[in-house]
Amino acid sequence: MSTEQNYPIKKVNLICAKGAIEDVYATLVMGNGAVMEGIETNIFFTFFGLDAIVKKRLDKLHTGVVGNSALRLPGGFRMPTLLGVIPGMESFTSWMMMGQMAKLDIPPVSEFLDLITAGGGKIYACKLAMDMFKFKAEDLSEHVSGILTIGEFYAHAGGEGSQIIFT
Amino acid sequence: MAQKTYAGITVDVNEEGYFTNPSQWTKEIALEIAKEENLVLTGQHFAIMEFLRNKFLGGEALSIRSINHSGVIDVKTFYQLFPGAPLKKATKIAGIPKPVSCI
Repeated sequence: MSTEQNYPIKKVNLICAKGAIEDVYATLVMGNGAVMEGIETNIFFTFFGLDAIVKKRLDKLHTGVVGNSALRLPGGFRMPTLLGVIPGMESFTSWMMMGQMAKLDIPPVSEFLDLITAGGGKIYACKLAMDMFKFKAEDLSEHVSGILTIGEFYAHAGGEGSQIIFT
Repeated sequence: MAQKTYAGITVDVNEEGYFTNPSQWTKEIALEIAKEENLVLTGQHFAIMEFLRNKFLGGEALSIRSINHSGVIDVKTFYQLFPGAPLKKATKIAGIPKPVSCI
C-alpha cells in the first residue's frame, strides 16, 4: 500500500468582493469549475461583488479602464490612462471583453449562476453589504440561496477538506 | 498505452481510463463502464452520451454549458444522471477523451 497521503479538496467557499467583469468572472469560473468536479461549492458575494447577483446589474458589469495597468489595446499596446476618460470607453472595452469571452463559450453572468446552482452550488449575499448599499432580498437573482452574516458564512464553510478562497 | 476489457472486447485507454480510440466503443461497453461508476444507464443517459460523442467527433469542444443547448436534457438533469462530476463521468462512459474545457 502506498504511504503517500491524498488530501482532496472536498468543498470550496469563494468570496467575491469586487464587481468588475474580471473579478466576478474569476469567481464564477472557479465556482462553476468546482461544481463540475463534484466539489461542494459556496459563493459569497460582498461589497461591490454584490453587483454580480443584483438582478438589474448582473448582466451589465463593466471593466475598469482608468488605472488598469494591465489593460491593452488590440495589437498589444498598453491603453493610455488618459484614453480611459473618453466617454463610452469603459462601455466599449467591457463590450469587447464580453465578446471575447462569448467566443470561448463563457456564458453571461445570469447563465453562469444558473449553471452553478443547477449543479448544486450555493450562492449567498453578504448581509452587511446589503444593508450598506440598501439592497433588499427581492433585488437579488432567484439563484441566491440566502443572505448571510460573516459568522453564518464561516459556519457554512466548515468541514474536512474545505477551503476559503478570496478572489 | 493501457488496455482494458469490457464486455469481452479489449479497448485502448489512457492512465485515467478514458478511451483513446472512440471507435472501439459500443453500448454494451458503456453499460460495463457505468457499472464501475455505480450507474445504471437509461435511455436518457444514452441520448446525452450520443450528443457528446457527436460533438466530440465533429471536433467541437465539450462544455457543461453545451448540455443546455443539446435539446436532450438540461444541465440540472445532467447532474442528476451522472452525479458528482458529470462531464468527466459521461465522457468516460461514452468512450471519448476527458474534456479539456474549464467551462
